Amino acid sequence: MNVRVPEIRLSKLQFQTEPAQQNGENHVKAVSAEAAQIRAYLLSRGNSAIADRGFRWLMVLCALSIFGIVVLIATQLVVRSKLAWAQFGLDFFYKVFIDPNTHKPMYWDPVNGHFSALPFIYGTLVSSFLALLLAVPLAIGVAVFLTEMCPQSLRAPLAFITELLAAIPSVIYGFWAYIVLVPLLRDHLNPWLIKGFGWSGFFGDDNPTGLGFLAAGIVLAIMILPIISSLTREVMTAVPQSQREAVLALGATRWEMIRVGVLRNARIGIVGAIILGLGRALGETMAVTMVIGNSPEIQRSLLANGSTMSAVIANEFAEASGDLHLSALMELGLALFIVTIIVNAFARLLVWAVTRGEPSRAG
Amino acid sequence: MRARIRALTDGAATGLAVLATVLVVAPLVAIFAYLIYKGASSLSWAFFVETPKPVGEVGGGMANAILGSAILLGVGSLIGVPVGIAGGIFLAEFGRGTKLANAVRFTADVLNGVPSIVMGIAVYSLIVVPQGHFSAFSGGVALGIMMVPTVCRTTEEMLLMVPNSVREAALALGVPNWRSVLAITLKTASPGIITGCMLAFARVAGETAPLIFTAFGNVGWNTRLNEPMAALPLQIYVYALSPYDDWHRLAWAGSLVLIVLIVLAVSLVRYVTSRGVLKGAS
Repeated sequence: MNVRVPEIRLSKLQFQTEPAQQNGENHVKAVSAEAAQIRAYLLSRGNSAIADRGFRWLMVLCALSIFGIVVLIATQLVVRSKLAWAQFGLDFFYKVFIDPNTHKPMYWDPVNGHFSALPFIYGTLVSSFLALLLAVPLAIGVAVFLTEMCPQSLRAPLAFITELLAAIPSVIYGFWAYIVLVPLLRDHLNPWLIKGFGWSGFFGDDNPTGLGFLAAGIVLAIMILPIISSLTREVMTAVPQSQREAVLALGATRWEMIRVGVLRNARIGIVGAIILGLGRALGETMAVTMVIGNSPEIQRSLLANGSTMSAVIANEFAEASGDLHLSALMELGLALFIVTIIVNAFARLLVWAVTRGEPSRAG
Repeated sequence: MRARIRALTDGAATGLAVLATVLVVAPLVAIFAYLIYKGASSLSWAFFVETPKPVGEVGGGMANAILGSAILLGVGSLIGVPVGIAGGIFLAEFGRGTKLANAVRFTADVLNGVPSIVMGIAVYSLIVVPQGHFSAFSGGVALGIMMVPTVCRTTEEMLLMVPNSVREAALALGVPNWRSVLAITLKTASPGIITGCMLAFARVAGETAPLIFTAFGNVGWNTRLNEPMAALPLQIYVYALSPYDDWHRLAWAGSLVLIVLIVLAVSLVRYVTSRGVLKGAS
């Protein structure tokens, strides 16, 4: 008989002090007795099934609250924008009221109750795409440099700086742009652009303030650059090392390796990163509000004042004149919500397609 | 010939990438240095202890806005941190690989990209309209909602870094699952989770858009949650667009306070994640 004593230490069981001396039938008895004791002890503690289940459901509930937030936002916006929807329907997004006397378009006229989202949609699109135009080539260049060319010692500080800059509040960028960038544009860049490219119609010289689409586009570009570049970097790092080695082994130069081995493999994720940057730019509020000039008009010139969906909400919401005005602003908010959800969901899917398996790090 | 062209292309591409990096990093660093220089030269003791003065009088500070921001962030954290951490626990401990967890993770990421101003008007319609007036509480709720997705995702990430053997060891000792999660896994990952919460906190601290129609701002002292309350970013926004140099100075100083908060949070996160979550705690 060589039955082993269970190695459970319950301080009150005395046999554990000298287990080696027991043998024979006594031993079997002792074992069964002690097993009973252990069982009794464990039963007296109760099992934790109820606590476990409760805890689990609590956690599930909190996780579900994220869906709750989305539903809550959507229902609130839908309910509050009913009035404008009933009044204008889909016309809100593309029709414009033409003043019969002056034959000028009245885009947004709270006093007389004419509301059209068109100038704000235009402003949002123009400033966002301007920002992408400026930011994307630079962001990809930075990402390529950081992942493929940069000496190891430089990589961490540069990544740290980009992370830091992505976290600086929008209102501070706006303040900086208002104080530094706008005068710079007004006194130097704009006159040059008007002189050189005024013929194209995109750079009219009827706005002496320096505010406008171009200023908004530049601030937005500065703000989305860190996001696009850090996500692109993440996607490029996810490309397996063997791809690079294989291309290099075929005799490629470093650039050919990057083009064929890395960029081509990561292109879906890079597109995702760009669209994510677009989503940020579409919804960015404070910095844009401070430098775009806030006039609800559609003008071809990039130097003209404009307004965006988020800027008009920030400007007019607190002192909206009447329910219809408020409702129209709510509808703009709803449109912004839906658009950013679609854009972000699409971008996330693309990024996930590439970095699948590793949790995403950038915000 | 071909080889030379290829070598030249390679050199050109390298040059362009370096150029892009310089073009990006130099202005960004310049902006950052400018902000710090302006803020440091505007900061004074009065900034931290005095309330804003009426137009025309020199001096004054943002003491009420700092207190207001602290209260708003406190309310926000009370809502955002527990819910976010619990959501993260679900994602990392209970829901791994399930469809529900994937859906939650995806929604959290998407919610992260929803503009803050939309959160602002949603909370306005949810709380301010039924109440009939602007209130600090509604501002706190708006900030709290914005914290949830960030905290949730960071918590998940940090929990995933805890090795499975730690969980198994706890369970093998007969510890109930809920205790093993709270006392073992969560505790092991706690440095990472705390700094993650700090990052969410610092990001939300600079949010202006959701506060314009909820907390609204206030020129005097207020500690009552039921009334409009001043907040640092709101005050910066108002002062930045004013024509007065003195107010600009106050706004620069306020910006510096926010930036310091963010630098601290980001570097702490970096420090903790680079050191590995486990070393300090196990």
